[in-house]
Amino acid sequence: MAESGARLLVVDDNKVNRLLLARGLEMQGHRLALAENGRVALAMLRSEPFDLLILDIEMPEMDGFEVLEQLKTDRRLYDLPVIVTSSVEGLANIVRCIELGAEDYLSKPVNAVLLKARVSASLEKKRLRDQQKDLVRRFATSEVAQDLQQSGFSLGGRRITATVMFSDIRGFTTLVEQQSPEETIELLNAYYALMFDAISGQGGVVNQMIGDGLMAIFGAPLPLADHGAAAVRAALEMTEMIELLNAERVAAGKPPIAIGIGIATGEVVAGYTGTQARATYTCIGDTVNLAARLEAHTKVAQHAVLIDGPTRACLDGAVPIDALEAVQFKGKAQPVEVFALRVG
Amino acid sequence: MNQPAIDPTTYAELQATAGADFVLELVDAFLDETPGMMSALRSARATADAAGFRRAAHSIKSNANTFGAHTLAAMAREFELRGLDADPPPDDAAIDALQAELDRATAALTGLRDG
Repeated sequence: MAESGARLLVVDDNKVNRLLLARGLEMQGHRLALAENGRVALAMLRSEPFDLLILDIEMPEMDGFEVLEQLKTDRRLYDLPVIVTSSVEGLANIVRCIELGAEDYLSKPVNAVLLKARVSASLEKKRLRDQQKDLVRRFATSEVAQDLQQSGFSLGGRRITATVMFSDIRGFTTLVEQQSPEETIELLNAYYALMFDAISGQGGVVNQMIGDGLMAIFGAPLPLADHGAAAVRAALEMTEMIELLNAERVAAGKPPIAIGIGIATGEVVAGYTGTQARATYTCIGDTVNLAARLEAHTKVAQHAVLIDGPTRACLDGAVPIDALEAVQFKGKAQPVEVFALRVG
Repeated sequence: MNQPAIDPTTYAELQATAGADFVLELVDAFLDETPGMMSALRSARATADAAGFRRAAHSIKSNANTFGAHTLAAMAREFELRGLDADPPPDDAAIDALQAELDRATAALTGLRDG
């Protein structure tokens, strides 16, 4: 059974109803939790995950209508399926439930067979929705998925201040030539897993992977208060992760790897580019170019992590930094201040 | 009062779908809860609490329906629909009649439980 073992919350102020509904659903193999009014139910929904809510309307303290209204405005709960069971009088009340987002309405006393069918159908729909969400997440990062869910999809960008990071593996081409393709894929997978953890752990979003290089954004599509400092924390963590990976590689008789990271902060244009059928979330602008240039410059400067002035201004002095010579990058009118993180 | 206080068909169906042992538990819940609903109904009327009055009537109706107490359910539904500002407003006699029907349903359920 697809819905086997789903976790259901039954909300009813009436003990007889509560027991009877729970009994019927338990007999279908579901796990049940009970609440006696809307206020208690909302608290439970916000503290533990449920697959389906069976909701009464007429209740003291907080009635079913209010629960439906609250669910609609809660980002984590707005798509929780709700089946209303009630003996409330009047078609208008039933219509109101459906308009407030209830998936279904069953009048009391609830017919056990009908309840089973409606619960199964609701859970199946939820399963398909979850599957779809998973798919979007796998290809688009959860932040972009969330942004898409909230604002919908439209091509075009908006100007925001964010921090952009570029990172890649030093001497990757030589490395590829020295080892088998299987080993290269294995290395890339390990590398990406570690880098993703470090970046998303600090609230960043990896939005591009090209070969051994990646681009990450801090502060878009969802705002991040301390995007500059977060990117620097991620960079420090990334270099630590690489050290750990190298310890394993050396123990296995493989050569260690080194990464270079460039970080820049400033205005970017962020949004979806591509076509209506196929698009990607990305950032463009001077800040993005500068981060890429800084990353390339790590080879010349012999430092693993380079940041620009605005990113340095985001730090509170806890991270040791060396000011390097200003660099005249291609495409820049003025020399750019460059700072190196002291790592390792 | 020619209709049985508890409809035997509804009660048998309840036993068949939920299990006879479980229905005993449900009967106990009914016996525990309904006196409180009756007093809530009376005090809501005394304090002119229209929402409380409607809610108490609604709860009695809902419980009555579960066990097939059709007459009780119909009487409670009238209270729920007409509310406190009904014309004529619900008087002591009407409430007492509801109480009497609830007592009849309670006796019948107790009999079924203790079989």
